[in-house]
Amino acid sequence: MKPFKYEKAKDLGTAASTLDSIPSASLLAGGTNIVDLMKEDVARPDILVDINGLEFSKIKKKGNTVSIGALATNKDTANHPLVRKHFPVLTQSILAGASAQIRNMATNGGNLNQRTRCMYFNDPSVTCNKRDPGSGCSAMEGLNRMHSIFGWSNRCVAVFPSDMAVGLAALDAVVNVANKDGESRAIPINDYHRLPGRDPSRDNTLKRGEIVTTIDIPINSWAKNSYYLKVRDRASYDFALVSVAAALDLGGGVIRGSRIAMGGVAPKPWRALIAEKELIGKKPSKELFERAAKMEMERARPLEHNEFKVKMGERAIVRALQKSGNA
Amino acid sequence: MDKDIDDVAVDYEMSEDEKTILRELGVFGESRRKFLGKVGTGGASLLALQLLAEQEALAAETGEPLTSAFGPRFENALKVTLKVNGEKKSLEVDSRMTLLDALRERLALTGTKKGCDRGQCGSCTVIVEGERVLSCLALAATCEGKDVTTIEGLAEGDSLHPLQAAFIKYDAFQCGYCTPGQICSSVALLDEAKNGELSHVSDEIPEKAAPVDLSDDEIRERMSGNLCRCGAYPNILKAIQEVEGGREVAQTWSFYNSAKEGSDETV
Repeated sequence: MKPFKYEKAKDLGTAASTLDSIPSASLLAGGTNIVDLMKEDVARPDILVDINGLEFSKIKKKGNTVSIGALATNKDTANHPLVRKHFPVLTQSILAGASAQIRNMATNGGNLNQRTRCMYFNDPSVTCNKRDPGSGCSAMEGLNRMHSIFGWSNRCVAVFPSDMAVGLAALDAVVNVANKDGESRAIPINDYHRLPGRDPSRDNTLKRGEIVTTIDIPINSWAKNSYYLKVRDRASYDFALVSVAAALDLGGGVIRGSRIAMGGVAPKPWRALIAEKELIGKKPSKELFERAAKMEMERARPLEHNEFKVKMGERAIVRALQKSGNA
Repeated sequence: MDKDIDDVAVDYEMSEDEKTILRELGVFGESRRKFLGKVGTGGASLLALQLLAEQEALAAETGEPLTSAFGPRFENALKVTLKVNGEKKSLEVDSRMTLLDALRERLALTGTKKGCDRGQCGSCTVIVEGERVLSCLALAATCEGKDVTTIEGLAEGDSLHPLQAAFIKYDAFQCGYCTPGQICSSVALLDEAKNGELSHVSDEIPEKAAPVDLSDDEIRERMSGNLCRCGAYPNILKAIQEVEGGREVAQTWSFYNSAKEGSDETV
Protein backbone atom coordinates (compact mmCIF):
# COMPACT_ATOMS: atom_id res chain seq x y z
CA MET A 1 0.00 0.00 0.00
CA LYS A 2 1.28 3.43 -0.89
CA PRO A 3 1.97 5.59 2.19
CA PHE A 4 -0.72 8.19 2.86
CA LYS A 5 -1.49 10.91 5.32
CA TYR A 6 -4.49 10.16 7.52
CA GLU A 7 -6.71 13.08 8.43
CA LYS A 8 -9.74 13.03 10.67
CA ALA A 9 -12.29 15.50 9.23
CA LYS A 10 -13.54 18.11 11.69
CA ASP A 11 -16.57 18.97 9.63
CA LEU A 12 -18.03 18.56 6.16
CA GLY A 13 -16.57 21.86 4.96
CA THR A 14 -12.96 20.96 5.70
CA ALA A 15 -13.37 17.46 4.28
CA ALA A 16 -14.88 18.85 1.07
CA SER A 17 -12.21 21.54 0.92
CA THR A 18 -9.39 18.96 1.11
CA LEU A 19 -11.12 16.87 -1.54
CA ASP A 20 -11.51 19.95 -3.72
CA SER A 21 -7.95 21.26 -3.45
CA ILE A 22 -6.04 17.95 -3.50
CA PRO A 23 -6.97 15.71 -6.44
CA SER A 24 -5.20 12.72 -4.88
CA ALA A 25 -7.25 12.89 -1.67
CA SER A 26 -9.90 10.24 -0.96
CA LEU A 27 -12.63 9.89 1.63
CA LEU A 28 -12.72 7.08 4.17
CA ALA A 29 -16.01 5.98 5.71
CA GLY A 30 -16.58 2.25 6.33
CA GLY A 31 -13.41 1.43 4.43
CA THR A 32 -14.71 -1.88 3.09
CA ASN A 33 -13.93 -0.94 -0.51
CA ILE A 34 -11.27 1.80 -0.38
CA VAL A 35 -8.96 -0.15 1.96
CA ASP A 36 -9.19 -3.15 -0.36
CA LEU A 37 -8.45 -1.00 -3.39
CA MET A 38 -5.47 0.56 -1.63
CA LYS A 39 -4.09 -2.86 -0.74
CA GLU A 40 -4.31 -3.85 -4.41
CA ASP A 41 -2.69 -0.57 -5.45
CA VAL A 42 -5.78 0.32 -7.49
CA ALA A 43 -6.47 3.36 -5.28
CA ARG A 44 -3.37 5.38 -4.40
CA PRO A 45 -4.51 8.38 -2.36
CA ASP A 46 -1.92 10.71 -0.82
CA ILE A 47 -4.40 11.79 1.82
CA LEU A 48 -7.21 9.78 3.31
CA VAL A 49 -9.85 11.97 4.93
CA ASP A 50 -11.73 10.02 7.60
CA ILE A 51 -15.30 11.35 7.63
CA ASN A 52 -16.57 8.91 10.26
CA GLY A 53 -17.88 11.01 13.09
CA LEU A 54 -19.48 13.68 10.87
CA GLU A 55 -23.15 14.16 11.60
CA PHE A 56 -24.70 12.44 8.55
CA SER A 57 -25.57 9.17 10.19
CA LYS A 58 -29.23 9.74 11.11
CA ILE A 59 -32.32 8.24 9.58
CA LYS A 60 -35.41 10.37 10.05
CA LYS A 61 -38.76 11.32 8.61
CA LYS A 62 -39.12 14.75 7.01
CA GLY A 63 -42.71 15.30 5.89
CA ASN A 64 -43.43 12.75 3.21
CA THR A 65 -39.81 11.74 2.84
CA VAL A 66 -37.44 9.54 4.77
CA SER A 67 -33.94 10.98 4.91
CA ILE A 68 -31.13 8.46 5.24
CA GLY A 69 -27.70 9.65 6.34
CA ALA A 70 -24.77 8.87 4.06
CA LEU A 71 -22.80 7.76 7.12
CA ALA A 72 -25.47 5.45 8.52
CA THR A 73 -24.24 1.89 8.19
CA ASN A 74 -25.89 -0.57 5.81
CA LYS A 75 -26.87 -2.65 8.84
CA ASP A 76 -28.55 0.24 10.67
CA THR A 77 -30.34 1.32 7.51
CA ALA A 78 -31.71 -2.12 6.66
CA ASN A 79 -33.02 -2.55 10.20
CA HIS A 80 -34.35 0.95 10.85
CA PRO A 81 -38.10 0.99 11.68
CA LEU A 82 -38.82 3.68 9.06
CA VAL A 83 -37.07 1.69 6.34
CA ARG A 84 -38.72 -1.57 7.39
CA LYS A 85 -42.12 0.09 7.34
CA HIS A 86 -41.95 2.17 4.18
CA PHE A 87 -39.27 0.54 2.02
CA PRO A 88 -38.99 -3.20 2.65
CA VAL A 89 -37.40 -3.57 -0.80
CA LEU A 90 -34.51 -1.42 0.44
CA THR A 91 -34.11 -3.64 3.50
CA GLN A 92 -34.10 -6.69 1.24
CA SER A 93 -31.62 -5.26 -1.23
CA ILE A 94 -29.17 -4.22 1.49
CA LEU A 95 -29.39 -7.61 3.22
CA ALA A 96 -28.75 -9.38 -0.09
CA GLY A 97 -25.34 -7.75 -0.30
CA ALA A 98 -22.00 -8.63 1.31
CA SER A 99 -21.82 -10.26 4.77
CA ALA A 100 -22.97 -9.23 8.23
CA GLN A 101 -19.44 -8.06 9.10
CA ILE A 102 -19.22 -5.89 6.00
CA ARG A 103 -22.73 -4.46 6.40
CA ASN A 104 -21.80 -3.48 9.98
CA MET A 105 -18.92 -1.40 8.64
CA ALA A 106 -20.13 -0.18 5.24
CA THR A 107 -21.99 3.11 4.93
CA ASN A 108 -24.73 4.17 2.53
CA GLY A 109 -22.61 6.88 0.92
CA GLY A 110 -19.78 4.40 0.52
CA ASN A 111 -22.15 1.89 -1.01
CA LEU A 112 -23.15 4.39 -3.73
CA ASN A 113 -19.52 5.27 -4.38
CA GLN A 114 -18.03 1.77 -4.39
CA ARG A 115 -16.05 0.77 -7.47
CA THR A 116 -16.76 -2.09 -9.84
CA ARG A 117 -15.56 -5.58 -8.92
CA CYS A 118 -14.49 -6.23 -12.54
CA MET A 119 -11.40 -8.38 -12.01
CA TYR A 120 -9.45 -6.42 -14.61
CA PHE A 121 -10.18 -3.13 -12.87
CA ASN A 122 -8.96 -4.64 -9.61
CA ASP A 123 -5.69 -5.92 -11.09
CA PRO A 124 -3.17 -3.16 -11.85
CA SER A 125 -1.07 -5.55 -13.96
CA VAL A 126 -3.61 -5.51 -16.80
CA THR A 127 -5.14 -2.74 -18.89
CA CYS A 128 -8.37 -1.04 -17.83
CA ASN A 129 -9.88 2.19 -19.11
CA LYS A 130 -11.64 2.84 -15.83
CA ARG A 131 -8.46 2.57 -13.74
CA ASP A 132 -6.01 3.84 -16.36
CA PRO A 133 -7.89 5.83 -19.04
CA GLY A 134 -6.82 5.04 -22.58
CA SER A 135 -4.99 1.83 -21.72
CA GLY A 136 -7.69 -0.45 -23.15
CA CYS A 137 -10.38 -2.78 -21.81
CA SER A 138 -9.16 -6.26 -20.86
CA ALA A 139 -12.69 -7.50 -20.20
CA MET A 140 -13.96 -6.82 -23.71
CA GLU A 141 -11.79 -9.62 -25.13
CA GLY A 142 -11.26 -11.42 -21.83
CA LEU A 143 -13.52 -13.26 -19.41
CA ASN A 144 -16.70 -11.22 -19.34
CA ARG A 145 -19.20 -13.60 -17.79
CA MET A 146 -19.89 -11.19 -14.92
CA HIS A 147 -20.10 -8.09 -17.10
CA SER A 148 -22.75 -5.85 -18.65
CA ILE A 149 -25.44 -6.68 -21.15
CA PHE A 150 -26.92 -3.16 -21.14
CA GLY A 151 -25.35 0.29 -21.29
CA TRP A 152 -21.73 -0.68 -21.92
CA SER A 153 -19.43 1.06 -24.37
CA ASN A 154 -16.47 -0.31 -26.28
CA ARG A 155 -14.28 1.31 -23.62
CA CYS A 156 -15.79 -0.42 -20.58
CA VAL A 157 -18.17 -3.32 -19.92
CA ALA A 158 -17.97 -3.44 -16.10
CA VAL A 159 -21.10 -3.64 -13.94
CA PHE A 160 -21.87 -1.52 -10.91
CA PRO A 161 -21.86 -4.02 -8.03
CA SER A 162 -24.27 -2.55 -5.47
CA ASP A 163 -27.52 -4.24 -4.43
CA MET A 164 -28.65 -1.32 -2.28
CA ALA A 165 -28.46 1.12 -5.21
CA VAL A 166 -30.80 -1.14 -7.20
CA GLY A 167 -33.32 -0.95 -4.36
CA LEU A 168 -32.92 2.83 -4.28
CA ALA A 169 -33.42 3.04 -8.06
CA ALA A 170 -36.82 1.37 -7.69
CA LEU A 171 -37.76 3.86 -4.96
CA ASP A 172 -37.08 7.14 -6.84
CA ALA A 173 -34.43 8.06 -4.26
CA VAL A 174 -32.63 11.40 -4.42
CA VAL A 175 -28.95 11.72 -3.53
CA ASN A 176 -28.07 14.96 -1.74
CA VAL A 177 -24.50 16.21 -2.08
CA ALA A 178 -22.70 19.24 -0.68
CA ASN A 179 -19.43 21.07 -1.34
CA LYS A 180 -16.96 23.11 0.73
CA ASP A 181 -19.06 26.25 0.50
CA GLY A 182 -22.08 24.48 1.89
CA GLU A 183 -23.86 24.54 -1.48
CA SER A 184 -25.99 21.46 -1.95
CA ARG A 185 -27.40 19.65 -4.96
CA ALA A 186 -30.11 16.99 -5.20
CA ILE A 187 -29.39 14.29 -7.79
CA PRO A 188 -32.11 11.75 -8.69
CA ILE A 189 -30.65 8.27 -8.16
CA ASN A 190 -31.00 7.41 -11.83
CA ASP A 191 -28.81 10.39 -12.75
CA TYR A 192 -26.28 9.73 -10.00
CA HIS A 193 -24.42 6.85 -11.63
CA ARG A 194 -23.39 7.22 -15.24
CA LEU A 195 -22.75 4.99 -18.23
CA PRO A 196 -19.12 4.69 -19.32
CA GLY A 197 -19.42 6.18 -22.82
CA ARG A 198 -16.07 7.65 -23.79
CA ASP A 199 -14.96 8.19 -20.17
CA PRO A 200 -15.31 5.09 -17.97
CA SER A 201 -13.05 6.60 -15.28
CA ARG A 202 -15.99 8.42 -13.69
CA ASP A 203 -18.63 6.14 -12.14
CA ASN A 204 -20.97 8.94 -11.14
CA THR A 205 -21.89 12.57 -11.68
CA LEU A 206 -20.35 13.92 -8.47
CA LYS A 207 -18.27 17.02 -9.10
CA ARG A 208 -14.83 17.34 -7.58
CA GLY A 209 -15.09 18.30 -3.93
CA GLU A 210 -18.68 17.15 -3.51
CA ILE A 211 -19.64 14.74 -0.72
CA VAL A 212 -22.83 12.70 -0.41
CA THR A 213 -24.66 13.81 2.73
CA THR A 214 -28.09 12.16 2.70
CA ILE A 215 -30.35 10.02 0.55
CA ASP A 216 -34.01 11.07 0.45
CA ILE A 217 -36.71 8.56 -0.38
CA PRO A 218 -40.29 9.70 -0.95
CA ILE A 219 -42.85 7.63 0.93
CA ASN A 220 -44.80 5.87 -1.78
CA SER A 221 -47.83 3.69 -2.28
CA TRP A 222 -46.06 0.58 -3.52
CA ALA A 223 -44.06 -0.44 -0.43
CA LYS A 224 -46.41 -3.32 0.29
CA ASN A 225 -46.03 -4.71 -3.21
CA SER A 226 -42.31 -4.87 -3.72
CA TYR A 227 -39.58 -7.48 -3.84
CA TYR A 228 -35.82 -7.77 -4.33
CA LEU A 229 -34.65 -10.90 -6.11
CA LYS A 230 -30.96 -11.69 -6.37
CA VAL A 231 -29.49 -14.49 -8.47
CA ARG A 232 -25.87 -15.39 -7.82
CA ASP A 233 -23.38 -18.23 -8.21
CA ARG A 234 -23.70 -19.27 -4.56
CA ALA A 235 -26.54 -18.86 -2.07
CA SER A 236 -24.94 -16.05 -0.08
CA TYR A 237 -22.05 -13.60 0.09
CA ASP A 238 -21.55 -13.08 -3.61
CA PHE A 239 -22.20 -10.40 -6.19
CA ALA A 240 -25.27 -10.64 -8.39
CA LEU A 241 -25.31 -12.32 -11.77
CA VAL A 242 -28.69 -10.65 -12.14
CA SER A 243 -30.87 -8.92 -9.56
CA VAL A 244 -34.26 -7.24 -9.79
CA ALA A 245 -35.96 -4.74 -7.49
CA ALA A 246 -39.61 -4.67 -8.42
CA ALA A 247 -42.51 -2.64 -7.05
CA LEU A 248 -46.12 -2.44 -8.13
CA ASP A 249 -48.72 0.21 -7.37
CA LEU A 250 -51.92 -1.80 -7.49
CA GLY A 251 -55.44 -0.40 -7.37
CA GLY A 252 -58.81 -1.31 -8.79
CA GLY A 253 -57.44 -4.61 -10.00
CA VAL A 254 -54.90 -2.97 -12.31
CA ILE A 255 -51.28 -1.86 -12.19
CA ARG A 256 -51.30 1.90 -11.71
CA GLY A 257 -47.56 2.28 -11.54
CA SER A 258 -44.49 0.09 -11.56
CA ARG A 259 -40.78 0.22 -10.88
CA ILE A 260 -38.31 -2.37 -12.11
CA ALA A 261 -34.59 -1.85 -11.50
CA MET A 262 -31.89 -4.37 -12.31
CA GLY A 263 -28.44 -5.10 -10.90
CA GLY A 264 -25.57 -7.11 -12.34
CA VAL A 265 -26.49 -6.20 -15.92
CA ALA A 266 -25.18 -2.68 -16.51
CA PRO A 267 -22.62 -0.08 -15.40
CA LYS A 268 -25.35 1.51 -13.26
CA PRO A 269 -28.60 0.35 -11.66
CA TRP A 270 -30.66 -0.39 -14.77
CA ARG A 271 -34.25 0.81 -14.89
CA ALA A 272 -36.29 -1.57 -17.05
CA LEU A 273 -38.37 1.30 -18.44
CA ILE A 274 -39.78 -0.66 -21.40
CA ALA A 275 -41.12 -3.39 -19.12
CA GLU A 276 -42.44 -0.81 -16.63
CA LYS A 277 -44.41 0.97 -19.32
CA GLU A 278 -45.91 -2.25 -20.66
CA LEU A 279 -47.48 -3.02 -17.28
CA ILE A 280 -49.35 0.25 -16.76
CA GLY A 281 -53.13 0.04 -16.70
CA LYS A 282 -53.20 -3.74 -17.07
CA LYS A 283 -54.36 -6.52 -14.82
CA PRO A 284 -51.38 -8.30 -13.22
CA SER A 285 -50.82 -11.77 -14.66
CA LYS A 286 -47.93 -14.10 -15.37
CA GLU A 287 -48.46 -13.68 -19.12
CA LEU A 288 -48.27 -9.90 -18.84
CA PHE A 289 -45.09 -10.09 -16.74
CA GLU A 290 -43.51 -12.48 -19.25
CA ARG A 291 -44.34 -10.26 -22.18
CA ALA A 292 -43.00 -7.16 -20.44
CA ALA A 293 -39.81 -8.94 -19.34
CA LYS A 294 -39.20 -10.23 -22.86
CA MET A 295 -39.68 -6.78 -24.38
CA GLU A 296 -37.08 -5.37 -22.00
CA MET A 297 -34.49 -8.10 -22.43
CA GLU A 298 -34.73 -8.08 -26.21
CA ARG A 299 -32.76 -4.86 -26.03
CA ALA A 300 -29.82 -6.53 -24.26
CA ARG A 301 -26.43 -6.67 -25.97
CA PRO A 302 -24.63 -9.61 -24.36
CA LEU A 303 -20.88 -10.19 -24.59
CA GLU A 304 -19.02 -13.40 -25.41
CA HIS A 305 -19.53 -15.11 -22.03
CA ASN A 306 -22.70 -13.61 -20.57
CA GLU A 307 -25.50 -14.40 -22.98
CA PHE A 308 -27.08 -16.46 -20.19
CA LYS A 309 -27.91 -13.21 -18.41
CA VAL A 310 -30.55 -12.36 -21.01
CA LYS A 311 -32.80 -15.32 -20.24
CA MET A 312 -31.89 -15.15 -16.57
CA GLY A 313 -32.86 -11.46 -16.50
CA GLU A 314 -36.16 -12.18 -18.21
CA ARG A 315 -37.08 -14.88 -15.71
CA ALA A 316 -35.85 -12.81 -12.77
CA ILE A 317 -38.10 -9.90 -13.77
CA VAL A 318 -41.11 -12.23 -13.98
CA ARG A 319 -40.35 -13.84 -10.62
CA ALA A 320 -39.77 -10.49 -8.88
CA LEU A 321 -43.02 -9.08 -10.28
CA GLN A 322 -44.93 -12.19 -9.19
CA LYS A 323 -43.49 -11.87 -5.70
CA SER A 324 -44.33 -8.15 -5.62
CA GLY A 325 -47.89 -8.56 -6.80
CA ASN A 326 -48.52 -11.81 -4.97
CA ALA A 327 -49.63 -12.98 -8.42
CA MET B 1 33.32 -31.87 -0.27
CA ASP B 2 30.16 -31.02 -2.13
CA LYS B 3 28.61 -33.72 -4.23
CA ASP B 4 28.31 -32.86 -7.89
CA ILE B 5 24.96 -32.94 -9.50
CA ASP B 6 25.94 -35.81 -11.81
CA ASP B 7 26.65 -38.06 -8.79
CA VAL B 8 23.21 -37.39 -7.40
CA ALA B 9 21.46 -37.56 -10.74
CA VAL B 10 22.34 -41.25 -11.05
CA ASP B 11 20.67 -42.03 -7.70
CA TYR B 12 17.51 -40.12 -8.60
CA GLU B 13 17.36 -40.90 -12.32
CA MET B 14 17.24 -37.21 -13.22
CA SER B 15 16.73 -35.99 -16.75
CA GLU B 16 19.04 -33.42 -18.32
CA ASP B 17 16.33 -30.78 -17.87
CA GLU B 18 16.04 -31.48 -14.18
CA LYS B 19 19.79 -31.35 -13.80
CA THR B 20 19.87 -27.98 -15.57
CA ILE B 21 17.23 -26.59 -13.25
CA LEU B 22 19.10 -27.76 -10.16
CA ARG B 23 22.35 -26.36 -11.52
CA GLU B 24 20.74 -22.98 -12.10
CA LEU B 25 19.27 -23.02 -8.63
CA GLY B 26 22.78 -23.58 -7.37
CA VAL B 27 21.84 -26.52 -5.23
CA PHE B 28 24.94 -28.55 -6.00
CA GLY B 29 28.62 -28.24 -6.71
CA GLU B 30 30.25 -25.28 -8.33
CA SER B 31 27.24 -22.99 -8.61
CA ARG B 32 26.33 -23.62 -4.98
CA ARG B 33 29.76 -22.48 -3.90
CA LYS B 34 29.46 -19.41 -6.11
CA PHE B 35 26.05 -18.63 -4.68
CA LEU B 36 27.27 -18.93 -1.09
CA GLY B 37 30.21 -16.69 -1.94
CA LYS B 38 27.88 -13.97 -3.15
CA VAL B 39 25.74 -14.26 -0.05
CA GLY B 40 28.90 -14.06 2.06
CA THR B 41 29.80 -10.57 0.85
CA GLY B 42 26.35 -8.94 0.86
CA GLY B 43 24.72 -11.27 3.35
CA ALA B 44 26.32 -10.12 6.58
CA SER B 45 25.10 -6.57 6.22
CA LEU B 46 21.64 -7.68 5.12
CA LEU B 47 21.37 -9.92 8.13
CA ALA B 48 22.41 -7.09 10.43
CA LEU B 49 19.73 -4.83 8.97
CA GLN B 50 17.13 -7.53 9.38
CA LEU B 51 18.07 -8.06 13.04
CA LEU B 52 17.94 -4.35 13.73
CA ALA B 53 14.49 -4.12 12.17
CA GLU B 54 13.26 -7.00 14.28
CA GLN B 55 14.68 -5.42 17.39
CA GLU B 56 12.85 -2.24 16.58
CA ALA B 57 9.63 -4.09 16.03
CA LEU B 58 9.96 -5.66 19.46
CA ALA B 59 10.70 -2.29 21.03
CA ALA B 60 7.61 -0.92 19.32
CA GLU B 61 5.47 -3.46 21.11
CA THR B 62 6.47 -2.07 24.48
CA GLY B 63 5.34 1.39 23.49
CA GLU B 64 8.87 2.84 23.53
CA PRO B 65 9.40 5.92 21.33
CA LEU B 66 9.72 4.74 17.76
CA THR B 67 12.86 6.47 16.66
CA SER B 68 16.25 5.01 16.01
CA ALA B 69 19.50 5.59 14.16
CA PHE B 70 17.41 5.16 11.01
CA GLY B 71 15.19 8.12 11.87
CA PRO B 72 11.45 7.96 12.55
CA ARG B 73 10.07 4.48 12.08
CA PHE B 74 6.91 5.51 10.27
CA GLU B 75 6.38 8.02 7.54
CA ASN B 76 2.85 8.73 8.73
CA ALA B 77 2.87 7.83 12.40
CA LEU B 78 -0.33 8.11 14.41
CA LYS B 79 -1.08 7.57 18.07
CA VAL B 80 -4.00 5.25 18.71
CA THR B 81 -5.47 4.18 22.02
CA LEU B 82 -7.72 1.14 22.00
CA LYS B 83 -9.37 -0.92 24.67
CA VAL B 84 -8.56 -4.49 23.73
CA ASN B 85 -10.28 -7.21 25.74
CA GLY B 86 -10.81 -4.70 28.53
CA GLU B 87 -7.23 -3.43 28.63
CA LYS B 88 -6.23 0.01 27.46
CA LYS B 89 -3.47 -0.13 24.83
CA SER B 90 -1.63 2.86 23.38
CA LEU B 91 0.24 2.40 20.15
CA GLU B 92 2.05 4.40 17.57
CA VAL B 93 1.11 3.03 14.16
CA ASP B 94 1.70 3.73 10.51
CA SER B 95 -1.44 5.14 8.88
CA ARG B 96 -1.55 2.02 6.68
CA MET B 97 -1.73 -0.42 9.56
CA THR B 98 -4.95 -2.38 9.83
CA LEU B 99 -6.56 -3.33 13.11
CA LEU B 100 -5.69 -6.94 12.24
CA ASP B 101 -1.98 -6.19 11.95
CA ALA B 102 -2.04 -4.02 15.06
CA LEU B 103 -3.54 -6.89 17.06
CA ARG B 104 -1.22 -9.55 15.70
CA GLU B 105 2.06 -7.76 15.13
CA ARG B 106 2.00 -5.08 17.81
CA LEU B 107 -0.12 -6.47 20.61
CA ALA B 108 0.92 -10.12 20.15
CA LEU B 109 -2.74 -11.16 20.01
CA THR B 110 -2.29 -13.78 17.32
CA GLY B 111 -5.62 -15.48 17.96
CA THR B 112 -7.16 -13.28 15.28
CA LYS B 113 -6.13 -14.83 11.97
CA LYS B 114 -5.12 -13.32 8.66
CA GLY B 115 -6.74 -15.32 5.89
CA CYS B 116 -7.28 -13.47 2.62
CA ASP B 117 -6.53 -9.99 4.02
CA ARG B 118 -9.08 -8.73 1.46
CA GLY B 119 -12.40 -8.90 3.27
CA GLN B 120 -13.49 -12.11 1.61
CA CYS B 121 -12.99 -14.90 4.16
CA GLY B 122 -13.99 -13.64 7.62
CA SER B 123 -11.10 -15.26 9.52
CA CYS B 124 -10.06 -11.85 10.90
CA THR B 125 -13.50 -11.16 12.42
CA VAL B 126 -13.37 -9.34 15.75
CA ILE B 127 -16.00 -7.48 17.75
CA VAL B 128 -15.66 -3.69 17.83
CA GLU B 129 -18.10 -1.72 19.98
CA GLY B 130 -20.32 -4.80 20.17
CA GLU B 131 -20.43 -5.40 16.42
CA ARG B 132 -18.58 -7.98 14.37
CA VAL B 133 -16.30 -6.41 11.79
CA LEU B 134 -13.44 -7.45 9.53
CA SER B 135 -10.22 -6.31 11.15
CA CYS B 136 -8.34 -6.61 7.84
CA LEU B 137 -10.45 -3.79 6.36
CA ALA B 138 -10.45 -1.56 9.44
CA LEU B 139 -7.50 0.82 9.62
CA ALA B 140 -6.11 0.93 13.15
CA ALA B 141 -6.29 4.72 13.01
CA THR B 142 -10.08 4.58 12.80
CA CYS B 143 -10.33 2.54 16.02
CA GLU B 144 -9.27 5.35 18.35
CA GLY B 145 -11.03 4.97 21.71
CA LYS B 146 -12.92 1.88 20.62
CA ASP B 147 -13.63 -1.31 22.52
CA VAL B 148 -12.21 -4.34 20.72
CA THR B 149 -12.93 -7.94 21.68
CA THR B 150 -10.87 -10.71 20.14
CA ILE B 151 -11.00 -14.47 20.60
CA GLU B 152 -8.56 -14.04 23.51
CA GLY B 153 -11.13 -11.92 25.35
CA LEU B 154 -14.12 -14.27 25.24
CA ALA B 155 -13.27 -16.72 28.01
CA GLU B 156 -13.60 -15.67 31.63
CA GLY B 157 -10.47 -16.91 33.28
CA ASP B 158 -10.39 -20.65 32.78
CA SER B 159 -14.01 -20.99 31.80
CA LEU B 160 -14.63 -20.89 28.10
CA HIS B 161 -17.30 -18.79 26.44
CA PRO B 162 -20.32 -21.06 25.80
CA LEU B 163 -19.66 -20.86 22.06
CA GLN B 164 -16.02 -21.84 22.50
CA ALA B 165 -17.14 -24.86 24.54
CA ALA B 166 -19.81 -25.74 21.99
CA PHE B 167 -17.33 -25.54 19.10
CA ILE B 168 -15.15 -28.07 20.94
CA LYS B 169 -18.06 -30.29 21.89
CA TYR B 170 -19.34 -30.49 18.34
CA ASP B 171 -15.92 -30.70 16.71
CA ALA B 172 -16.79 -27.55 14.77
CA PHE B 173 -13.39 -27.23 13.12
CA GLN B 174 -10.67 -29.26 11.54
CA CYS B 175 -7.53 -27.20 10.95
CA GLY B 176 -8.87 -24.45 13.22
CA TYR B 177 -7.57 -21.52 11.23
CA CYS B 178 -10.97 -19.93 10.62
CA THR B 179 -12.23 -20.81 14.10
CA PRO B 180 -11.43 -17.59 16.01
CA GLY B 181 -13.29 -15.65 13.31
CA GLN B 182 -16.16 -18.16 13.29
CA ILE B 183 -16.53 -17.89 17.06
CA CYS B 184 -16.34 -14.09 17.25
CA SER B 185 -18.84 -13.95 14.40
CA SER B 186 -21.27 -16.33 16.09
CA VAL B 187 -21.03 -14.48 19.42
CA ALA B 188 -22.15 -11.29 17.67
CA LEU B 189 -24.73 -13.19 15.60
CA LEU B 190 -26.60 -14.25 18.74
CA ASP B 191 -26.83 -10.62 19.89
CA GLU B 192 -28.01 -9.50 16.46
CA ALA B 193 -30.78 -12.10 16.42
CA LYS B 194 -31.80 -11.12 19.94
CA ASN B 195 -32.02 -7.49 18.81
CA GLY B 196 -34.33 -8.49 15.98
CA GLU B 197 -31.91 -7.67 13.18
CA LEU B 198 -33.00 -9.23 9.91
CA SER B 199 -31.15 -11.31 7.35
CA HIS B 200 -31.51 -12.05 3.65
CA VAL B 201 -33.51 -15.20 4.43
CA SER B 202 -35.88 -13.62 6.95
CA ASP B 203 -39.39 -14.28 5.58
CA GLU B 204 -41.14 -11.36 7.14
CA ILE B 205 -39.99 -7.81 7.62
CA PRO B 206 -41.90 -6.77 10.75
CA GLU B 207 -42.02 -3.03 11.31
CA LYS B 208 -40.82 -3.36 14.88
CA ALA B 209 -37.76 -5.42 15.66
CA ALA B 210 -38.51 -8.62 17.59
CA PRO B 211 -36.06 -11.41 18.50
CA VAL B 212 -35.49 -13.66 15.49
CA ASP B 213 -35.73 -17.45 15.80
CA LEU B 214 -32.64 -18.87 14.22
CA SER B 215 -33.59 -21.60 11.77
CA ASP B 216 -30.81 -23.59 10.09
CA ASP B 217 -31.09 -21.32 7.07
CA GLU B 218 -30.93 -18.20 9.22
CA ILE B 219 -27.70 -19.37 10.87
CA ARG B 220 -26.18 -20.41 7.54
CA GLU B 221 -27.01 -17.07 5.95
CA ARG B 222 -25.81 -15.05 8.95
CA MET B 223 -22.54 -16.99 9.07
CA SER B 224 -21.93 -16.78 5.31
CA GLY B 225 -19.20 -14.18 5.78
CA ASN B 226 -17.01 -16.79 7.49
CA LEU B 227 -15.55 -19.37 5.13
CA CYS B 228 -14.24 -22.74 6.32
CA ARG B 229 -12.12 -24.60 3.81
CA CYS B 230 -12.24 -27.79 5.90
CA GLY B 231 -16.01 -27.69 5.51
CA ALA B 232 -16.89 -27.91 9.19
CA TYR B 233 -20.14 -26.05 8.48
CA PRO B 234 -22.60 -28.71 9.74
CA ASN B 235 -20.83 -28.84 13.10
CA ILE B 236 -20.51 -25.07 13.34
CA LEU B 237 -24.27 -24.94 12.79
CA LYS B 238 -24.87 -27.45 15.61
CA ALA B 239 -22.61 -25.57 18.01
CA ILE B 240 -24.42 -22.29 17.40
CA GLN B 241 -27.83 -23.95 17.66
CA GLU B 242 -27.01 -25.47 21.02
CA VAL B 243 -25.90 -22.15 22.51
CA GLU B 244 -28.83 -20.31 20.93
CA GLY B 245 -31.20 -22.85 22.49
CA GLY B 246 -29.83 -21.95 25.91
CA ARG B 247 -29.01 -25.53 26.84
CA GLU B 248 -25.92 -26.13 28.87
CA VAL B 249 -22.91 -27.37 26.96
CA ALA B 250 -21.25 -30.34 28.59
CA GLN B 251 -17.59 -30.79 27.86
CA THR B 252 -17.29 -34.49 27.09
CA TRP B 253 -13.54 -34.74 27.01
CA SER B 254 -10.52 -33.69 29.05
CA PHE B 255 -6.81 -33.44 28.49
CA TYR B 256 -4.80 -36.57 29.25
CA ASN B 257 -3.21 -36.29 32.65
CA SER B 258 -0.11 -38.45 33.07
CA ALA B 259 -0.23 -38.16 36.89
CA LYS B 260 -3.46 -40.12 36.79
CA GLU B 261 -2.16 -42.75 34.44
CA GLY B 262 -3.94 -46.02 34.92
CA SER B 263 -7.17 -44.32 35.87
CA ASP B 264 -10.24 -44.52 33.66
CA GLU B 265 -10.01 -40.91 32.59
CA THR B 266 -10.56 -40.45 28.89
CA VAL B 267 -8.03 -38.85 26.62
